[in-house]
Amino acid sequence: MSQIILAGIFGLLFGFILHKSGASNPQHIINMLRLKDFRLAKIILLSIGFSSLLLFVLSSLGVIDAHFSVKTAYVGVIVGGLIFGIGWAISGFCPGTSVAAIGAGGKDAFIFIGGGLIGAFLFMLVYGSIKNTALFDKLFGGKATLANTGVEKYTTLIENVPASYVAGGIALLFIALAFALPEKLED
Amino acid sequence: MEFTMWSAFRKKEWSWKASGLLLGLAFLITAAVVKPIGVSTQFVILDGIIWNGISNKLVVKDETAKKGYASTNAYLNKSGGKYAKNIAKPLNYSFVFVIAMIAGGLLSFITESKKDIPIERNTPKVWKDNYGDSHLKRYIFVFIGGIFVLFGARLAGGCSSGHMMSGMMQTSMSGYLFAIATFSAAIPVAKIIYRK
Repeated sequence: MSQIILAGIFGLLFGFILHKSGASNPQHIINMLRLKDFRLAKIILLSIGFSSLLLFVLSSLGVIDAHFSVKTAYVGVIVGGLIFGIGWAISGFCPGTSVAAIGAGGKDAFIFIGGGLIGAFLFMLVYGSIKNTALFDKLFGGKATLANTGVEKYTTLIENVPASYVAGGIALLFIALAFALPEKLED
Repeated sequence: MEFTMWSAFRKKEWSWKASGLLLGLAFLITAAVVKPIGVSTQFVILDGIIWNGISNKLVVKDETAKKGYASTNAYLNKSGGKYAKNIAKPLNYSFVFVIAMIAGGLLSFITESKKDIPIERNTPKVWKDNYGDSHLKRYIFVFIGGIFVLFGARLAGGCSSGHMMSGMMQTSMSGYLFAIATFSAAIPVAKIIYRK
């Protein structure tokens, strides 16, 4: 039961922050992808860098006991990502931002979700006939990370350097890039 | 102090720094307390709930399955009936999380200052600049976009939140691959269809 209450609080906060960041506005997504407005790219880079840095440093210090959940890397991640990218550019929405946007009354977000339910349904129908194809061939050993998560079932690709250094180095690179990018480009 | 807190709360859009730090905290705290954020799976769960409502044989109890549920659909049946179980019991963490996100968007919208420049909520300006004022045309394209996004996300096993944000936060290879793939397709497509 407490999990459900947490889901309610965390979901509310995430939807709220996502909307306040402007990510739920397709105008900003499309202009980022047109390489005209980097505000959202700066937000994405800063949030990944900041969360990753804290996640690995606080975990290594034992301050938090993080629930790592690493997804498998396979050919379909790339193919699916390419298909995702086409729809993302056309619509200006991703699944998460569309959900926050319907809360804020976006009509196009509602229609996006309608299309999304159809897309997910089509995948449910075809999955049985593609599940044994090369699309699901693993890459990098499957559930792999660059920094050591301390979880035995996940493969670590950079083994000889402490995890906080690996993740921290990448995180600082992301944060530096976030600050280096201009907010807007002139036409 | 109270006044500035309240005006920050009501502000339509936060600065990129505030947005990035708070979004980062949201991804960190959820991973520290429960599990990393992911959204696109819940489209499958909602489909399953609707489908199961029409034909109640889609998801059945199965003692032999790892999660206690099985489905006639191969996708819902995978991972020991994990999705089948979440369809049978929609009151679970991940589904409630996504439903609560709607309330978060709503809370943000109803409390925001209406003095700022209004944001178009039906059709973005960049669409109008290229394709005119017809909402219908935008709705058709956004619907097709939705089909591509969720089909792609399911094939990839995650979306911007699960793969890109939560994934790269954990330095997962799957996250980097997904991010590279999505941007490689999205940037040229956006440049071609939105020239103005």
